[in-house]
Amino acid sequence: MLKIKNLQVKVEDKTILKGLSLDIKPGEVHAIMGPNGSGKSTLGYVLSGREGYEVSGGSATLNGDNLLELDADERAKKGLFLAFQYPVEIPGVSNMEFLKASVDTVRDYQGKEALSTVDFMKLAREKCKAVNLDPNFLKRGVNEGFSGGEKKRSEIMQMMLLEPSLCILDETDSGLDIDALQVVADGVNACRDENRAFIIVTHYQRLLDYIVPDKVHVLSDGKIIKSGGKELALELEEKGYSWIEKA
Amino acid sequence: MSDVIDSYVKTEYQAGFVTDVESETIAPGLSEEVIRFISAKKNEPQWLLDWRLNAFRLWQEMDEPDWAKLDYPKINLDEISFYSAPKSMDDAPKSLDEVDPELIETYNKLGIPLHEQAVLAGVAVDVVFDSVSIVTTFKEKLAEAGVIFCPISEAVHQYPDLVKKYLGSVVPQKDNYFATLNCAVFSDGSFVYIPKGVRCPMELSTYFRINEANTGQFERTLIVADEGSHVSYLEGCTAPMRDENQLHAAVVELVCMDDAEIKYSTVQNWYPGDENGVGGIYNFVTKRGVCHQNAKISWTQVETGSAITWKYPSVILRGDNSIGEFYSVALTRNYQQADTGTKMIHLGKNTKSTIISKGISAGKSSNAYRGLVRMSPRADGARNFTQCDSLLIGDQCSAHTFPYIESKHPNAIIEHEATTSKVSDDQLFLCLQRGIGAEKAVSMIVNGFCKEVFKELPMEFAVEAGKLLEVSLEGSVG
Ligand SMILES: Nc1ncnc2c1ncn2[C@@H]1O[C@H](COP(=O)(O)OP(=O)(O)OP(=O)(O)O)[C@@H](O)[C@H]1O
Ligand SMILES: [Mg+2]
Repeated sequence: MLKIKNLQVKVEDKTILKGLSLDIKPGEVHAIMGPNGSGKSTLGYVLSGREGYEVSGGSATLNGDNLLELDADERAKKGLFLAFQYPVEIPGVSNMEFLKASVDTVRDYQGKEALSTVDFMKLAREKCKAVNLDPNFLKRGVNEGFSGGEKKRSEIMQMMLLEPSLCILDETDSGLDIDALQVVADGVNACRDENRAFIIVTHYQRLLDYIVPDKVHVLSDGKIIKSGGKELALELEEKGYSWIEKA
Repeated sequence: MSDVIDSYVKTEYQAGFVTDVESETIAPGLSEEVIRFISAKKNEPQWLLDWRLNAFRLWQEMDEPDWAKLDYPKINLDEISFYSAPKSMDDAPKSLDEVDPELIETYNKLGIPLHEQAVLAGVAVDVVFDSVSIVTTFKEKLAEAGVIFCPISEAVHQYPDLVKKYLGSVVPQKDNYFATLNCAVFSDGSFVYIPKGVRCPMELSTYFRINEANTGQFERTLIVADEGSHVSYLEGCTAPMRDENQLHAAVVELVCMDDAEIKYSTVQNWYPGDENGVGGIYNFVTKRGVCHQNAKISWTQVETGSAITWKYPSVILRGDNSIGEFYSVALTRNYQQADTGTKMIHLGKNTKSTIISKGISAGKSSNAYRGLVRMSPRADGARNFTQCDSLLIGDQCSAHTFPYIESKHPNAIIEHEATTSKVSDDQLFLCLQRGIGAEKAVSMIVNGFCKEVFKELPMEFAVEAGKLLEVSLEGSVG
């Protein structure tokens, strides 16, 4: 589904990703761990088409499409979803309005019938409940005044609404209390199916107890320096990163 | 992001066509003769001619003000024609059927159908084309409620006592350079009178259009809401795209008697000039209302047009417990300049005012809020709340805030909040990542920023105003 080959990315003339390769098949969950500043968020941004990230080499395809030449909104419409590490506020734009616009464009692109406002609201309320958010959040501005944990749950709610095929979750577990972590994990698990893949960026092995990954990768200084099964996460928790980085 | 900013710069103006009607337009320049001509054209009584001539004499002693944060060459009044009217108006049409079809078509194109059956349900319209009013709809229906809604040139003849009593009562003749000029040469505009205790049964609306080249438009609107009455009024404005700058200097006076309420909304979309700053309307407008006891005046404006906007809709809170409100959205793009705001003059006890101003600047434009809150020594228990927010799109535009506070009462409460923000790359990217295109994203963010003001507009016009911001972006993201 997602094939990344030898990807090299520069930000403001500084090389951040230095030849990263990754192959993700439908239905798989890949966890990416690694020290601060190693390039995890950069990977999410460059895959989703954020401006300011210059690809200086390599390739990335999603379901056969060359991702790197598509506009950011095209990539989203093709089913790529990024849950942000730091969700931004858009004052005055209600979640309802924002999500309706989002769902409408994505559905339209995928040739699905438009949802009536009533059906949309029903669906949105349902997804709010699934992540334990009061449906009144739909009336509030996008992330406006949300607590850290509420922002993260709202990202998962959006993911559930859009039913993407590739979900990249950038530290969605950071700043969550134990109950919220469970809620987020349940949300992700409920979305798992054979056609959908996940990249889960995290610093904590704990999340992977709830969302059991097929593979775990260690990203360090712009490269994947080790890959393994879910045991790798446990090992990292115990020993830190230095033992691999030195190896 | 830069593409989206460009789109703000490369906007198409949708109302920029010219109507081909034969017009009678007098030679450019201003003199006593011109004033006598205008007055004669309208068959005015002697008192009004004298009033105009008096204003002209006052005006000759005045200088164009230069305190605003606006930069433009001195306006050459010798190049402006002060009167223009479609020829077909010579024998004024008695009904819509007699109105020149070219004119009806003009308004259809602008989305303002004049046939009553097609008109927005519940809105009566007075239509002013260059210097004359063409038609007023729903006159009979309004008359049943005792409401007078007609061109001011007609009111002068039919309701001379009302006009004589209130004309110039809120904005004195010698108020300021542009208002005084208007007194001398005003062409047409709307007159509204709502009798005691009457709630006007429909929205009233005036639609102004400048068509002729090299003409100025100097309309004058007078609204009198008698005791305990209520009216909601809306004005809209457009003009063709032309390379020369055209002057628009209007005066609006509101008289709000005890317990009455006037809600005055403006959607100003005069031609703003092209992307190089060529052409566009110079919009110098004086709008003021006076509130008697327990009365309320609410100004709501959405200003997206004009090369230059100089405008400060104000409220004199004369009566105790009266309320003044000002809600404003001003959008400037390309080389547009806006210096706009309000004055709240608290004279009575327990008077309250609210000011919410949202300035959006893009391109190389300049957007300034200028507001005065004055608390008089007898304004016991008066309070004001002001909130001024600026939103910048791109990094070549500017936003300025000039709040003036004069409090002569120790207990008066004045609160002022101001913020400046940018449409951030983060916000834009969040929208894109959710599949929402760049144009839609920017207009959504801008609309969100304006929400507090849009909710004050009558329903139909809130939708209209939202669309206006969207239209600005249409089809231009590269
Ligand atoms: N716009 C930018 N300008 C300059 N440097 C940048 C920019 N964006 C990212 N970087 C740098 O790229 C490197 C990788 O950043 P990135 O955010 O991808 O790290 P991360 O692995 O997600 O870290 P964390 O675990 O702290 O979230 C960092 O050194 C960061 O400072
Ligand atoms: Mg990160």
